[in-house]
Amino acid sequence: MIKTVRPKLELLSRRFIEKIIDEAFEILDKQGIFVENKEALKLFSQAGMKVDKKTSRVHLKRRLVEKCLATAPSVIKLYDRTGEQEFVVGGDEVHFDPGSAAVRILDHKTGEERKPETKDLVDFIRLTECLDNIHFQSTGLISADVPHAIADIYRLYIGLIYSRKPVVTGTFRVQSFRPMKDLLAAVRGGEKELASKPLAIFDACPSPPLKWSNLTAQSLIDSARAGIPSELISMGLTGATSLVTISGTLVQHVAENLCGVAITQLAKKGAPVIFGGSPASFDMKRGTPPMGAIETMMIDVGYAQIGKYLNLPTHAYMALSDAKTNDAQAGMETGVGAVLGALAGINVISGPGMLDFESCQSLEKLVIDDEICAMAYRLISGIAHRDDPIATDKFEGYTPETQFLSMPHTKKWYRLEHFYPVIADRDTYDAWASMGKKPIAQRAHEHIEKLLASNPPAVVDQHARGELTRILTAYAKANGVTSLPGLP
Amino acid sequence: MNKEELFARIQKAIIEGRKSEAEDLAREAIKARLDLTEVIEKGYVPGIQKVGDLWEKGEYFLPELITGGECMKAAMAVLQPELDKAQIKTKSKGKVVIGTVEGDIHDIGKNLVASMLSANGFEVIDLGADVKLEKFIDKAVETQSDFICLSALLTTTMLGQKKTIELLKQKNLYGKFKVLVGGAPANQKWADEIGADGYAENAMLAVKLASRLMGA
Repeated sequence: MIKTVRPKLELLSRRFIEKIIDEAFEILDKQGIFVENKEALKLFSQAGMKVDKKTSRVHLKRRLVEKCLATAPSVIKLYDRTGEQEFVVGGDEVHFDPGSAAVRILDHKTGEERKPETKDLVDFIRLTECLDNIHFQSTGLISADVPHAIADIYRLYIGLIYSRKPVVTGTFRVQSFRPMKDLLAAVRGGEKELASKPLAIFDACPSPPLKWSNLTAQSLIDSARAGIPSELISMGLTGATSLVTISGTLVQHVAENLCGVAITQLAKKGAPVIFGGSPASFDMKRGTPPMGAIETMMIDVGYAQIGKYLNLPTHAYMALSDAKTNDAQAGMETGVGAVLGALAGINVISGPGMLDFESCQSLEKLVIDDEICAMAYRLISGIAHRDDPIATDKFEGYTPETQFLSMPHTKKWYRLEHFYPVIADRDTYDAWASMGKKPIAQRAHEHIEKLLASNPPAVVDQHARGELTRILTAYAKANGVTSLPGLP
Repeated sequence: MNKEELFARIQKAIIEGRKSEAEDLAREAIKARLDLTEVIEKGYVPGIQKVGDLWEKGEYFLPELITGGECMKAAMAVLQPELDKAQIKTKSKGKVVIGTVEGDIHDIGKNLVASMLSANGFEVIDLGADVKLEKFIDKAVETQSDFICLSALLTTTMLGQKKTIELLKQKNLYGKFKVLVGGAPANQKWADEIGADGYAENAMLAVKLASRLMGA
């Protein structure tokens, strides 16, 4: 059989990549980068780097960063809650996860955005669990019915109770790391077990331009030592917090991420780290960060290509939209992003379900996007040489009456060759009209009700659940929170 | 060059965003011993107003808008010592204490608002980013300002806007300053919910809002 071509999108020449990396190294060395974390500065200082303690500026030498790059793994393996299913994060593998940490949810009944509550978060997690093309969970909604002090750990707690999938999450406060790690270890059955079979990715965002805050640098250090993969989320805004040119933004992006890689490796050699981001093409008219802009996606594809060149797993915020409702724009931007991200071979693509500049999640959009992801997966699986000869033997004895539909060849291949959507409308006009001319969001909503009714929650076992609740309650209590919402 | 010509050139320099020219023309006005209040009111102010108009019409984008504000600031920095010397008080449209709330280091939006307020005749005290909530209040009391403007980009830090208002209430200072909130996660509903005096979606609307609240 002839080997299937894996369709691939690349936007940068090798020479351009090397130029961008060279300039990033030059900036890290000459201008330095701000790292507002004592422990990280100490690590840099011990590694012989010039550190200005007053300004928290460190000048990074290329040789140190290259040494760190050499110890960072090129492939990370994540495992689901049972520890059985393995997900390879590396190469050109693609895994979608819902856009994370939305503060609002699009209420299907009212058509308005509102604050999410625990029930919404549980539904969101349960729904993600049912969607085949969304491989990872994300702590996608911030429940407004629990105090902010425990908001980060609470969403992970809910995620671990109701889902088996690996989860993309992160800390809002330095002190949350410990209990969040404890939750993960409780599910995994120990800290060592957690390090050998990671269950979660922790996002850490530098502050553009060229700064790692105390919170995010600490998250890198703590995650590295616990064996939890960190995802570096640089997020320059073209012309606002980074240079206006795409290539200029890439230089800064690479510099920030390289510093992040160095922190993880100095904290623990071999620590898993993902070259990611959430940059955007700043809208010069409105001052907003459009995630659905084609230039945003071009930056994503560009830095991912550089991440691959550096031999690191990659991540991007794609397959999401700035639309406020499930309209044509939502589908357009999400579709373009999912396809480009998949073609670029970005390993973790965060975005499905998300609207309104990473601020709003929609359950309806999440199931629509699951189909978009299915299309992207189908695309990158390519055109296969299924059988040999391809066709000539099938045409033997051909007559005008030959039936393709009943051919064994058809039966053998049709489900593998073609994807049949549930949500997308493929009915005839009359059939569509007779079913009430329902818009896609309505069809999605009805599908969600079916999915949630027919899939019982994947609740964690009683023992682990007790342990999770004990950890959360203790942390809540220490933060002055004595009552928590009831759970189904 | 007569006065009218100078005013026209000043306007043009502001509209086209040429900073060193805006400064040079300020020096020229000083040298010619012109009435500096008139220079500001007939040269610089119409210039920045035109920039605002062009922005509203969609011809100018943020880079032109912010450059206009910076040109104004630079020219005013040249004029200010002379105004002080002559003990001329320029009409301030209002005094504003502005900053990004604690825990939040994002300051693009705040800078835009500060720059536009200042360019449009407000006296702006910019506390920067990641500002302790008490500091907003202390500074507003100290400077007897009219406004406290609280910026937040993160949904997690926008709670700082609410907390500042609670602090004002605790200190019996609520109602003493007009509190304006802004930033990506904020909206009018949020402003109403937390008892702020106003919300503006962008820098130009912030200028209009502040002007309206000052009764201008």
